[in-house]
Amino acid sequence: MHDSRATTSAGSTPVGSTHGSTQVMTADHEAHNPALLHHFADAQQQKNAASLGMWLFLVTEIMFFGGMFCAYLIYRLAHFNAFAAGSQQLNIWMGGVNTAVLIVSSVTVVLAVKAAEAGKRKLLTGYLVVTVLLGMTFLVIKGFEYAEKFEKHHVPGPTFNFTEKFDDNGKQIPVNPKEAELFFSLYFAMTGMHALHMIIGCGLFSTLAVLAWKGHYTTNYFTPIENAGLYWHLVDIIWIYLFPLLYLISRHT
Amino acid sequence: MSKYLPLWPDQASTMASQVDALYIYLLFIAGVMTALIFIAVAVLAIKYRRQPGREAVQIEGSLPLEISWSVIPFFVMLTFFIWGGVIYFKERTPPADSTEVYVVAKQWMWKIEHMEGQREINELHVPTGQDVKLIMTSQDVIHSFFVPAFRLKQDVLPGRYTTLWFKATKPGRYHLFCAEYCGTNHSGMGGDIIVMDPQDYAMWAAGGTSAPLQETGKELFAAFGCSTCHRSDAEGRGPSLQGVYNSPVVLEDGRTVTADENYVRESILDPTAKIVKGFKPVMPAFQGIVSEEQLNALVAYVKSLAQPPTGTAGLQNQPAASPAQPQNMQVQ
Amino acid sequence: MATTTVIPATPAPKLNYLNNGHTLKSWLLTTDHKRIALLYLVSVTAMFMLGGFFAMLIRLELLTPQGDLMQADTYNKVFTMHGMIMVFFFLVPVVPAVLGNFLVPLMVGAKDLAFPRINLLSWYLYVAGGLLFLHCMLNGGVDTGWTFYTPYSTVGSNTNVIEAGLAIFLAGFSSIFTGLNFIVTVHRMRAPGLTWGRLPLFIWSNYATALVMILGTPVLAITIVLVAVERSFHLGIFDPNLGGDPLLFQHLFWFYSHPAVYIMILPSMGVISEVIACFTRKRVFGYKFVALSSVAIAVFGFLVWAHHMFVAGISLYAALVFSFLSFSVGVPSAVKVFNWTATLYKGSITYATPMLYAFGFIGLFTIGGLTGLMLATIGINVHVTDTYFVIAHFHYIMVGGALMGYLGGLHFWWPKITGRMYPEAWAKLSAMFVFFGFNLTFFPQFILGYLGMPRRYWQYPPEFQVLNVLSTAGASVLAVGYLLPMIYLLWSLRYGPIAGDNPWGAAGLEWKTTSPPPTFNFDETPVVTWEAYNYDEIPEPKELEAPVAR
Repeated sequence: MHDSRATTSAGSTPVGSTHGSTQVMTADHEAHNPALLHHFADAQQQKNAASLGMWLFLVTEIMFFGGMFCAYLIYRLAHFNAFAAGSQQLNIWMGGVNTAVLIVSSVTVVLAVKAAEAGKRKLLTGYLVVTVLLGMTFLVIKGFEYAEKFEKHHVPGPTFNFTEKFDDNGKQIPVNPKEAELFFSLYFAMTGMHALHMIIGCGLFSTLAVLAWKGHYTTNYFTPIENAGLYWHLVDIIWIYLFPLLYLISRHT
Repeated sequence: MSKYLPLWPDQASTMASQVDALYIYLLFIAGVMTALIFIAVAVLAIKYRRQPGREAVQIEGSLPLEISWSVIPFFVMLTFFIWGGVIYFKERTPPADSTEVYVVAKQWMWKIEHMEGQREINELHVPTGQDVKLIMTSQDVIHSFFVPAFRLKQDVLPGRYTTLWFKATKPGRYHLFCAEYCGTNHSGMGGDIIVMDPQDYAMWAAGGTSAPLQETGKELFAAFGCSTCHRSDAEGRGPSLQGVYNSPVVLEDGRTVTADENYVRESILDPTAKIVKGFKPVMPAFQGIVSEEQLNALVAYVKSLAQPPTGTAGLQNQPAASPAQPQNMQVQ
Repeated sequence: MATTTVIPATPAPKLNYLNNGHTLKSWLLTTDHKRIALLYLVSVTAMFMLGGFFAMLIRLELLTPQGDLMQADTYNKVFTMHGMIMVFFFLVPVVPAVLGNFLVPLMVGAKDLAFPRINLLSWYLYVAGGLLFLHCMLNGGVDTGWTFYTPYSTVGSNTNVIEAGLAIFLAGFSSIFTGLNFIVTVHRMRAPGLTWGRLPLFIWSNYATALVMILGTPVLAITIVLVAVERSFHLGIFDPNLGGDPLLFQHLFWFYSHPAVYIMILPSMGVISEVIACFTRKRVFGYKFVALSSVAIAVFGFLVWAHHMFVAGISLYAALVFSFLSFSVGVPSAVKVFNWTATLYKGSITYATPMLYAFGFIGLFTIGGLTGLMLATIGINVHVTDTYFVIAHFHYIMVGGALMGYLGGLHFWWPKITGRMYPEAWAKLSAMFVFFGFNLTFFPQFILGYLGMPRRYWQYPPEFQVLNVLSTAGASVLAVGYLLPMIYLLWSLRYGPIAGDNPWGAAGLEWKTTSPPPTFNFDETPVVTWEAYNYDEIPEPKELEAPVAR
């Protein structure tokens, strides 16, 4: 724990706080750090708290997606042929390119954190912008993929129509369209929820890019960059699981 | 008094007395434990009430005590588990020679079909001393077949069969409740189980006019054109159904499943789900074409082609290889 | 050594969190955990009144066997909304978000929770969820039962399922944020010298609760999203007609909702530990075991969900495994009860109101726990599941346990929160009303359940009437027991005697600051050099209930 506790000043009360003015001011070596919130003893404690909080938030995200992964695995075992047939109808090229895009974006996030550590403002902003662009690229490609599903009537609902067969190493096995619809229900639920996280991520990184350009982050304070980076990596990792589960593992049996 | 303030439900099945015996054991243990805690709290609270000149004695704890009051309750609970498990095992294991009755639940009624062809709504007549196995499904949402006097309950799900068996012991009229909330008239979705002496039951059963269930099934089998492919001489485009029920079936993908009620049901509704080895997936799906009642008749007919039952697949409510439901749901 | 802050004999208007700003804005935009706790107190109490109103409607309807007070559909909506409000908007947030929010930073010697703004956001999410639920209610309500079972909730019901689901989704995120804040605060913000082994048991139990909140609630969130998506877009994830499986819903739902039971009861267990230590003037017997049993309950709680599904159509062997695992939760719960009882031994016991609630908690939780073991015994479960036996069991845990713990805690910390004492005689009287009213309400339901009266029944066979009348009679006594505190606690805000910093002579950092505490809790960050519950080192107040006319 932190031995050197001192009452910190309220020099940087958060927005909306009304009690800052009433706090007794004490001379404090941290008082000049505008990013230090009043209730933390020092910057290190604040950073540790923020980082642990972010990790815990990622745990909740994993549990959130875990429910859908669980449903997918159960139904895949129950309706193997239909799920394999549905999987074979996905566009592996678009999925593959998107995987590559996301992996590159994870690299740019790492580079952004490095730039922040080194205090290179322009480089940091640049990497953040590139990350946002890569995220948007992913979303655009995903949009084309969804459009293809609409054209092929593979969107669950009244217009759903599935006549394709499961190609089991050359053998054509017809499948129950209801079960294929279930596959696409899960496909849209999982990739849709992932895309929502991508959209949030893009918004987050755009904000960070603006703040970084304005010089909001210093070598002493770039926790938001690190934590947003953790979020971005998690969203990538979820895709790294989604891609093989949805696109790949039914290609060959 | 007991008419207005009953304290114990009727015992009308072989299971009822067994469940009650376990319940009395549990009540006894729970009563002793509750009394111990209440008395201990009361005595200690009075004896060690705040008095001038006496101070609390600080006690850190005691490892032997902690271990004993963890381990001893655990072993007591183990007896609950074992006894309860044994009863449950019996409840889920219908005897092979059970009379079968089909039950279809819908909002908000119970439709009963006897093998001999009698149909009932919200009433079920059964004889004493006879093992009865209910094969149940729902047309809409989840319901639950609950007979307090039998101490038995089983949820009834759409899209699959669940089973329940009992042997009634005491003639009388007993409540049948729906125990799983199912919408507006959930509390009205009840009825009566009428337990009769075997001779009375025989008289009641003779009053029926409709054909036995498997006969209805046989007619449907012909009417839907099933018999053109599923021929009895094993030359058809579909597998012969003679003796299929309750026996292992090898599938196209190499798996072997037992042809229980849920398998037959699924094979009618969704034939491509499990394709028998050596056959082509040419059969059309009958989902939405046959009603639950017709389906029951067809299943009863397919089962009649394999009488008497040879295997033991009917022993479990959902055998491990039951195909109509996701497998891993059951082994978690 | 403990250094109690000495307050001046002439009470100067000292600045505290209550008089530090009086505008509405200073409350609605506050990031002070203590003010947020009070915001929660008000909103949670409002939801409790609403849920209690529905409970009274249920009991009145069941006074007679015929459904004569309201229509069947209305009744179905009433019990659904009673359940949803009480579970998601009252029991889950009540102790963590009110008492926990107020006390966790004080007890660990911090100035605030780690993320004050997220804490405020959590309250707004709760309010948004609550308002959405009210809107849903005024728009005709929802009738799925609080369990949302599919396919009834996806294809059967024609009520506002999606809106209710969204409301609960929001409340769920509010509880995730509370949990996240607690974990980070306990890990990162403890005062110097306050090691894990010195933490109060209230912190341990809230920490365990927070673990369950962040691990379980997201699963509920996604399950509700899937139900909503299925309803809106006609997907078939849980619909057997589309290849889905309604049992998957039950698995996902109970994966959260069984641990949620521990979200509701664990914090109250923490309250009881504090109260018993204070009013026996002793360290809690077997501190380590009580602390670790909280974590054990939280962990085991995730392994037992399918015991809600013994008759739902799971396999025989799955049922046996889950029955066995369910008994594993029984052990740490029993350990707690035994340790609390043992703490009384050679204590110096005062029968103040919080202690009366603690006695009640021990007794009622024992009954609730033992009937829980009966439910875990599968042979019995088949008969009593989905009957009033289950209703009685979980009300013994939720109302007899969680709510009694909350009321005990509210009285115990009332002087700290408000700086005023509550009227002791009235408080004792209402504690008696609660205890006897509760037992009269719910004990007959055990008998009803074994007789076979199913739950969620609008009308019932006439032979069950006498027991139902007893239950309704008890409910009206219970209602008095709940209304009285609302009146006298409000009264005490203005007329209650000034409490002083530590009226109970209690251990714990929260008593070492002023009552009410200043905005940043401590004028000087405390340095802890003592073990928890060092009652041998704290002078006992001469007249423990001194400021109160007895």
